[in-house]
Amino acid sequence: MVKSKSAYSIPGKQGKLDTHIIVVWVDNEAGVLARVVGLFSGRGYNIESLAVAEIDPKLNISRITIVTTGTPQVIEQIKLQLKKLVPVHKVADFKREDKKVIFKEMALFKIVGNQSKKEKALKACKKYNAIILDKSNKSYVIQITALRREIDLMSKNLKKFGLVSVSRTGAVAMTRGSEIFK
Amino acid sequence: MSKLYSGAEIVFKCLEDQDVEFIFGYPGGAVLPIYDELKNFNFLKHILVRHEQGAGHAAEGYARSSGKPGVLLVTSGPGATNAVTALTDAYMDSVPLVCISGQVPTHLIGTDAFQECDTTGITRPCTKHNWLVKDVKDLGKTIHKAFEVATTGRPGPVLVDIPKDVQFQKTNYTKLKKQKKTNGKIHNHFSQKDIDELIELMNKASKPIFYTGGGVINSGPKASELLRELVNKTGFPITSTLQGLGSYPGEDSQFLGMLGMHGSYEANNAMHDCDLMINIGARFDDRITGKIDEFSPKSKKVHIDIDPSSINKNVKVDLPIIGDVAEVITSTIKTIKKTKPNFAKSNKQKISKWWEQIQKWRSVNSFDFVNSDETIKPQYAVQRLYELTKNKDTYITTEVGQHQMWAAQHYKFDKPNRWMTSGGLGTMGYGLPAAVGVQVAHPNKLVIDIAGEASVLMTMQEMSTAVQYSLPIKIFILNNEYMGMVRQWQELLHDKNYSESYTAALPDFVKLAEAYGCVGIKASTPQELDDKIIEMINTDRPVIFDCRVDKQENCFPMIPSGKPHNQMLLGPKDQKENKITGKGKTLV
Repeated sequence: MVKSKSAYSIPGKQGKLDTHIIVVWVDNEAGVLARVVGLFSGRGYNIESLAVAEIDPKLNISRITIVTTGTPQVIEQIKLQLKKLVPVHKVADFKREDKKVIFKEMALFKIVGNQSKKEKALKACKKYNAIILDKSNKSYVIQITALRREIDLMSKNLKKFGLVSVSRTGAVAMTRGSEIFK
Repeated sequence: MSKLYSGAEIVFKCLEDQDVEFIFGYPGGAVLPIYDELKNFNFLKHILVRHEQGAGHAAEGYARSSGKPGVLLVTSGPGATNAVTALTDAYMDSVPLVCISGQVPTHLIGTDAFQECDTTGITRPCTKHNWLVKDVKDLGKTIHKAFEVATTGRPGPVLVDIPKDVQFQKTNYTKLKKQKKTNGKIHNHFSQKDIDELIELMNKASKPIFYTGGGVINSGPKASELLRELVNKTGFPITSTLQGLGSYPGEDSQFLGMLGMHGSYEANNAMHDCDLMINIGARFDDRITGKIDEFSPKSKKVHIDIDPSSINKNVKVDLPIIGDVAEVITSTIKTIKKTKPNFAKSNKQKISKWWEQIQKWRSVNSFDFVNSDETIKPQYAVQRLYELTKNKDTYITTEVGQHQMWAAQHYKFDKPNRWMTSGGLGTMGYGLPAAVGVQVAHPNKLVIDIAGEASVLMTMQEMSTAVQYSLPIKIFILNNEYMGMVRQWQELLHDKNYSESYTAALPDFVKLAEAYGCVGIKASTPQELDDKIIEMINTDRPVIFDCRVDKQENCFPMIPSGKPHNQMLLGPKDQKENKITGKGKTLV
């Protein structure tokens, strides 16, 4: 890149990037997801994955789980900016390494091949709570629940057993033990 | 059974309950039902603008000079998109605005109907919150909620989008119950412990400085009074951001002038060298901090702000105090009185060296310029304007550019809410419509827009509004035929390649004034300037003042962006600093 003569300003030092899981409780109203996602894109924050659904139909509350990376300062900003949005009730933030929190993602794999390949694929998925959702002569649809990197690994490894299609969700999170986030 | 009201009537019922007196607007298809009801509500005066951006800036000027929310009414599609610049401007500068926009009927939404646009989608990033009201039953409470969101916490703009069919539908209206309940986002989050810690830091400091911003103004006139008491009690120096001017008297000896890119030498050096920085209602904007890594390296930093997300956003601080400025200062003064009644005296010795140093910086006289007998220097014009209007409780608005900085440097304010300028967004064309709004709020006061000829042409059409409502605003144009700030940067940083910054065809502003039905005055020499300014002040009609100034003048001092505070460029009197070296060029 040609060095511009007139750089607008010089960026400061970059801090270390951490992966965080941000959980946001919001009113389930029109446009609320756009507000949350727009805040991320507008301010240049990263979204690795996103999961959202209504969790309390009576109170009309949805729970949004966002996996993001950023410096500690950016993560702090994300939380504070989210809390400023009118439909946001509360915001929780967990580090990916946090042992007190469970993270799970779900994936569906479609395997097409002969019996031996299909069985090998199923066997490889065993330790991730594999369930066969559909079978035909030529194919399986297997569901697994696992961590992001485990699913990444599986989608790579299953290629040789005839993986033709992958569909996966964003991460959802919940604290261990009896406590809930207030 | 209580009376049923149409959606259009409910809009006005709500405005009445919110004590709205003026609304700035422009009619169109999707708001016709609302305009149809206007005649039935006498509490409200509608100001017809000439462009929706003008409505927005006028509402901003009204809000900033009166402390009340500004309200604007625009139609769907282009009406709403024209208001976007003003909404963004208000969002950046924390001005409470309520924008009511019409929308195509609900059954047409999403069909690319005539004058349809996704108004809530477009304005989502430039409002605190917005609503599309699809059911008339929600309309009343939504509008009241809109006022609450706009005016509480850190103020800002909101928008309520009302489809045309909802304006016709009928429902009950429940009067607003006045309640002081907060929305849970504006609580003061500080404790006595924070205040004690602040006073401890103040006690230890030998090079302290107050750095105050628009938050003091937004906290209300009381906050400015309290700030004066606090500064007086402590004996500390104080500097202000562009938006904070007026919260502390500009001519007071403890005031170091504005800081930042075109701030005073003493203010910026004091910020760089201090050991305690107390930020009250400012936000560490990049025009203030310069290079973040070298910003005030040796200081403990305290940040008082109502918005938690302002804390640690740009600069890490040691003591955040989240709360309303007035309340934080009240607690601080109370605690000082209780625990350290002799604070100022005992402190005087300790910071006397600091004041000596500040006086040395001050003696550089960084706002100075080389005056001339032949041409009007723009700084001289602002100085004369100040001298001739300072006893009149004058309200000043500005456009954006060199003239704005000269106004900030040379016009001294001693009261809050007298200075309206577009700082965050830097919107050329802000000042003229803002002056319209200010004059609406203060019909008997002198309102002057210190303008540049390029900026003012962007919203010139609002002169017509001023004439229609007999608003005697004064448009004081520092006319140098250039986009002055662009020309300055091109001269200093782009090898004098004045690419497209000269306006080769400008209107005759005197004739233009006459065409609009107001008064045109022109001044070309320093000798005639005073008389012409006095003539302008004594004219009780709107005036366009064409002040022909030096075309080459640059605005100094200047911190090239990306440089720390102690590396300022001074004006032409300081010869050795007059040249920017090759290295400096890359840094702006």
